[in-house]
Amino acid sequence: MELTGAEIVVRCLKEEGVDYVFGYPGGAILHVYDALYKQDAVKHILVRHEQGAAHAADGYARATGRPGVVLVTSGPGLTNTVTGIATAYLDSVPMVVICGQVPTKLIGNDAFQEVDSVGITRPCVKHNFLVKDVTQLAETIKKAFFIATTGRPGPVVVDLPKDVTAAKTEFNYPKKIKMRSYSPTVKGHTGQIRKAVELMVEAKRPMIYTGGGVILSDGSKELIELTRMLSFPITNTLMGLGAYPGTDPQFVGMLGMHGTYEANLAMHHCDVLVAIGARFDDRVTGDIAKFCPEARIIHVDIDPSSISKNVKVDIPIVGSVPNVLRTMIEVLRENNLKPNSDALAQWWKQIDEWRAVDSLRYQHSDTIIKPQFVLEKLYEVTNGQAIITSDVGQHQMWAAQYYHFDQPRQWINSGGLGTMGFGLPAAMGAKLAFPERDVVCVTGEGSIQMMLQELATMLQYHTPVKIVNLNNRYLGMVRQWQEFFYEKRYSMSYMEALPDFVKLAEAYGHVGMLIERPSDVENALRKALAIKDRTVFLDFLTDPEENVFPMIPAGGGQNELLLAGRDKMVSTHEEGMVLV
Amino acid sequence: MRHIISILLENEAGALCRVANLFSARGYNIESLTVAPTEDASLSRMTLVTRGSDDIIEQIVKQLNKLIDVVKLSDLTEGGHIERELMLIKVKAHDGQRAEMHRLAEIFRGRILDVTDNTFTIEVTGASDKLDGFLSAVNHDDILEVVRSGVTGIARGQKALHA
Repeated sequence: MELTGAEIVVRCLKEEGVDYVFGYPGGAILHVYDALYKQDAVKHILVRHEQGAAHAADGYARATGRPGVVLVTSGPGLTNTVTGIATAYLDSVPMVVICGQVPTKLIGNDAFQEVDSVGITRPCVKHNFLVKDVTQLAETIKKAFFIATTGRPGPVVVDLPKDVTAAKTEFNYPKKIKMRSYSPTVKGHTGQIRKAVELMVEAKRPMIYTGGGVILSDGSKELIELTRMLSFPITNTLMGLGAYPGTDPQFVGMLGMHGTYEANLAMHHCDVLVAIGARFDDRVTGDIAKFCPEARIIHVDIDPSSISKNVKVDIPIVGSVPNVLRTMIEVLRENNLKPNSDALAQWWKQIDEWRAVDSLRYQHSDTIIKPQFVLEKLYEVTNGQAIITSDVGQHQMWAAQYYHFDQPRQWINSGGLGTMGFGLPAAMGAKLAFPERDVVCVTGEGSIQMMLQELATMLQYHTPVKIVNLNNRYLGMVRQWQEFFYEKRYSMSYMEALPDFVKLAEAYGHVGMLIERPSDVENALRKALAIKDRTVFLDFLTDPEENVFPMIPAGGGQNELLLAGRDKMVSTHEEGMVLV
Repeated sequence: MRHIISILLENEAGALCRVANLFSARGYNIESLTVAPTEDASLSRMTLVTRGSDDIIEQIVKQLNKLIDVVKLSDLTEGGHIERELMLIKVKAHDGQRAEMHRLAEIFRGRILDVTDNTFTIEVTGASDKLDGFLSAVNHDDILEVVRSGVTGIARGQKALHA
């Protein structure tokens, strides 16, 4: 039987097992919305702004590991999703965006709501397609899902002219797809793996450093097994938190600009570094010239272009994380290889000394709410089991530092692009995927206002999340940099004319709570979490001038980490001032 | 160092843009770029000349390989190879100059394709430095117009780049 292009789109989504589509209708995509109306296998979530659709699909994808799907119209529909697409691209999140386009005859004509969607998105997608012929449609959508979810995942855009959605053809959904130009390497090179294992067991001061790749590839189980076999210290990047249990004694905390003292110093002093699914981002390495000066480096990554991009490595291994780690475990077992236990004991002694510095310690207060305290209490009250999404800024760092993630896919944040406004729609996407779990959006009064409109979507689709707003009346991270590096000239970082968030939450049909005293923090959180069927907006008035510590100032090395109460916060050198 | 990278890519709309985009987005330089379909209509062959340190060339090759439309590529400068570029050049050729210009074209094995009372249009092919040589041999003021095809190339020996 012949189907229209619009019907084919919906059938393809069904074949891919898509349960939720996040989107917003408009002229060019109306045929597809009509086809959606006539079925009930694929549920559609009507957001209030297309950026929210992309972030919600992204949150869904990160929470489940399945691709997030976005459906928007041409022109502004697509341009509004671009920030969300770029967010997914920088964090390698599988996503398929289907956008309407003006009819093929009008393309290039500056027609109503026409933009060059393929051109606009090209630099921030893994791949994109313009479908000009309905007979190519099903195969193109199959390719889109295949590309988005395999190798190093990422967003794929399918641009769909309106006449193609009206045209008819036989529907055949390919079961499998093979592309001569795309076949990611999954299995690691055995010889390289052997060399890596030999280096690992010889190490005197080894360090495991893992990133988002472990979570994206579901490699947590293998990572835990390998790390425990070796008794090595392990650190996670911001994107990698939860891949290794945050409460495990071998875990030395997050590394990088706001990482722990012990993680950063162990990195700096290690003699063998095992980097797994991480990409040596500038937030992690600090000054490249000062990075891990004594280490021989092993790097496991599915993306060859990640290897030796920023830091030259000694043993590159291209492959999927669980696959490579499984082989490492087998090599260790079969050859009965054991790490150097005497050297390790010495190394752990040193690390424990660094750990004793307690770099996440902060000044408590009875009169003013410390943001770190809210996160500590949130951790307690949720038993460390909630899915936490965050926006971008100080609150994001505190959530990463004080909520000890024990499971992968529990921590959802925009690490690469650093997109304010990400947290709320991402929480909505995660809650749709896991309606039984507590989902908490940790945010600030700056970030939350970038996607507030999604509060309406959350009421409509009944996604009762808890919003923890650390309201310090400042764009906190901007203010922190201005305090340290711009002699306290707080240019445009103060948030005036804030709305009454309690009334605002109520206006959207949710519960609002204002918390002003430290003694009320725990009770408020307990009360909010007990309200299972409503979204609760907790507005915590926090210390306006609290800073995130420790901190490696831009341009500093990992050993130049500054501690609260000990160090004066200054830029390490002038060149650091031009870095972000 | 100068590298000539040969790329087989899907003959799809936008494939050229993806390559050009990659170079501008990552700040790599393109010295020349040529592209045309091959004997297999579904494939285009692109030849790209770029300069960079070994680290940068390694990244360029990896990033190109990562593009979904790229089927295969090879860095021709890693082995023996043949490099060719075509140049058409229109020069002044007044009475007193004609014999000299003719002789110069012959030295460079150029062919005179078009003649008017006071101009010659000459075709020269060869490696890029030969074309540079011809240009510097001609008096600068006598050059009216130059058009170069950009470099194409192929590996020596039995090795062939195919899908």
